[in-house]
Amino acid sequence: MLLEVRDLQVEFRTRDGVAKAVNGVTYEVDAGETLAVLGESGSGKSVTAQAIMGILDMPPGKITGGEILFQGKDLLKMKEDERRKVRGAEMAMIFQDALSSLNPVLSVGDQLGEMFIVHRGMSKKDARAKSIELMDRVRIPAAKERVSQYPHQFSGGMRQRIMIAMALALEPALIIADEPTTALDVTVQAQVMDLLAELQRELNMGLILITHDLGVVADVADKIAVMYAGRIVERAPVHDIYKAPAHPYTKGLLESIPRLDQKGQELYAIKGLPPNLMAIPPGCAFNPRCPRAQDVCRTDVPPLAQVSEDRQSACHFWKETLRDA
Amino acid sequence: MPEAYDPKDVAKDAIAPTGAGGAMDLAMSEAETLEKNPGGPLGTGPQEKARSLWTDAWHQLRRNPVFIISSLLILFLIVISLWPSLIASGDPNSCQLSKAHESATSGHPFGYDAQGCDVYTRTVYGARASIAVGICATLGVAILGSLMGGLAGFFGGWWDGLLSRLADVFFAIPVILGGLVFLSVVVSSTIWPVVGFMILLGWPQISRIARGAVITAKQNDYVQAARALGASNSRMLLRHVAPNAIAPVIVVATIALGTYIALEATLSYLGVGLRPPTVSWGIDISNASQYIRNYPHELLWPAGALSITVLAFIMLGDAVRDALDPKLR
Repeated sequence: MLLEVRDLQVEFRTRDGVAKAVNGVTYEVDAGETLAVLGESGSGKSVTAQAIMGILDMPPGKITGGEILFQGKDLLKMKEDERRKVRGAEMAMIFQDALSSLNPVLSVGDQLGEMFIVHRGMSKKDARAKSIELMDRVRIPAAKERVSQYPHQFSGGMRQRIMIAMALALEPALIIADEPTTALDVTVQAQVMDLLAELQRELNMGLILITHDLGVVADVADKIAVMYAGRIVERAPVHDIYKAPAHPYTKGLLESIPRLDQKGQELYAIKGLPPNLMAIPPGCAFNPRCPRAQDVCRTDVPPLAQVSEDRQSACHFWKETLRDA
Repeated sequence: MPEAYDPKDVAKDAIAPTGAGGAMDLAMSEAETLEKNPGGPLGTGPQEKARSLWTDAWHQLRRNPVFIISSLLILFLIVISLWPSLIASGDPNSCQLSKAHESATSGHPFGYDAQGCDVYTRTVYGARASIAVGICATLGVAILGSLMGGLAGFFGGWWDGLLSRLADVFFAIPVILGGLVFLSVVVSSTIWPVVGFMILLGWPQISRIARGAVITAKQNDYVQAARALGASNSRMLLRHVAPNAIAPVIVVATIALGTYIALEATLSYLGVGLRPPTVSWGIDISNASQYIRNYPHELLWPAGALSITVLAFIMLGDAVRDALDPKLR
């Protein structure tokens, strides 16, 4: 297994109290596999990713439990120096907004080349040549001419391609893409996603795709982890989830996708708001919004029940949910 | 919702309303479009040179008359402080008491002062001390201030607390009082005690600005992104934070240069700044001030030179600020 996150717990200690952002997340990704992490804002999907990358702001953030095994080694036990060598070379991250993720005062060639200079100790000239090669690889036309241009001179899609190029520069084993297409318009979204999927296949990388776009997920993911209030509520291969969700929250998410055959009807929405992470409801965190909630949901935290061999659901009534789907 | 989901179906439905799937064939792929116009949608072809913040600022500056006038003035001042004999042939310290207070004659356009020294020669030679003090003090303040402020802002925590309180201590010392106290005990005829004093009291001004700029810059996503791609602390600070935080420091330092020149004159006037035989506008103003009613020319020439020099640096600072802050355009 390339990456195994085991019972990870992260909290933020702020002046107003302790926000429990991640409460026991477990998932794994293998080489060549794509895991989609779904969830609303504040569900802890990005915080989990930051903890894996080791770029969580600490303080206020604090990892209070769990382990992150990357190629068999626990990242949380590594020294910062060792971890820095892993970042960029072994695992890399693609951010949501490529404009703000690229340094405005450095040319894109400088920023791409930095990867080779920092990690591989290449000369400036060699790094330049490598940058042009990378830009070609992510299909930026006229790479030779554009390598010395600055981020603001590129379009949104091209900038995201540069971000992808930077992340892939050293051919890492794992890529975490945090909503890589959210800031792009729809036609470009599909191209960037295709490119990412293709490069992943080519390099046989593990990919963690953090998103709330279920359309993207169905296209590229192998398996899905749905998160709610810092917890995994359902984990399953992608086809199983679309066929029949085993958690009311997953069901709600799927039903709130606009569908062509429901033209004219009102779009379903999950009632209420995600919980305040400083005061997560007792029992199942989803119970105030759940159409299926019973008394047991308000008192007992549902365990992650084994639905089938490669599928789990954290719902007291997963059997009923699955049957009704 | 239908009873069972076919994954393919859902995928299509999910994408179609947002247009990602269908529109792909319609819109010519972005890459293709760009191939025909490699410069990108804005029409900035590869033949046009890439423009960074600095080249952009330079474009802006070149067209600003304030910048042209002030930088020509400063260039002139620097040239005459390096080679004063280019325009003044005499020796500023060779004086004839018999000529005391004489007014302008041919070859001595500004007349003579109380000691019978040529005012024109002294005014020209006075530029050297002023410019040297101004530039050295500004460099020192900028380096020390941005170092302290940069570290405080980047590392935060108790580093920030310590360095910021230290800055407050020096910030709280009144300049004139501090000058009278510190400099009156130093006996030296070089510019270094004055420069050192200015650096000591001046760095908190830059340090505060640098700290703020660094805190703003380090919150940018690209600093986080650099970290995620394996950059070390020093690399992040030098490559990603510093270049994005340096503009306000440069602006304030340029404006401060003028005020340091004025401060040198003030301290010299009070008798604690530069001392003879160093030729300084401040010393000359101080000596001439007692004769202002009868011989105003002795005061007006060095005072005028001082004013123009200070003005030139402040104008330059203004122009640089306009160029570096795109929001003011």
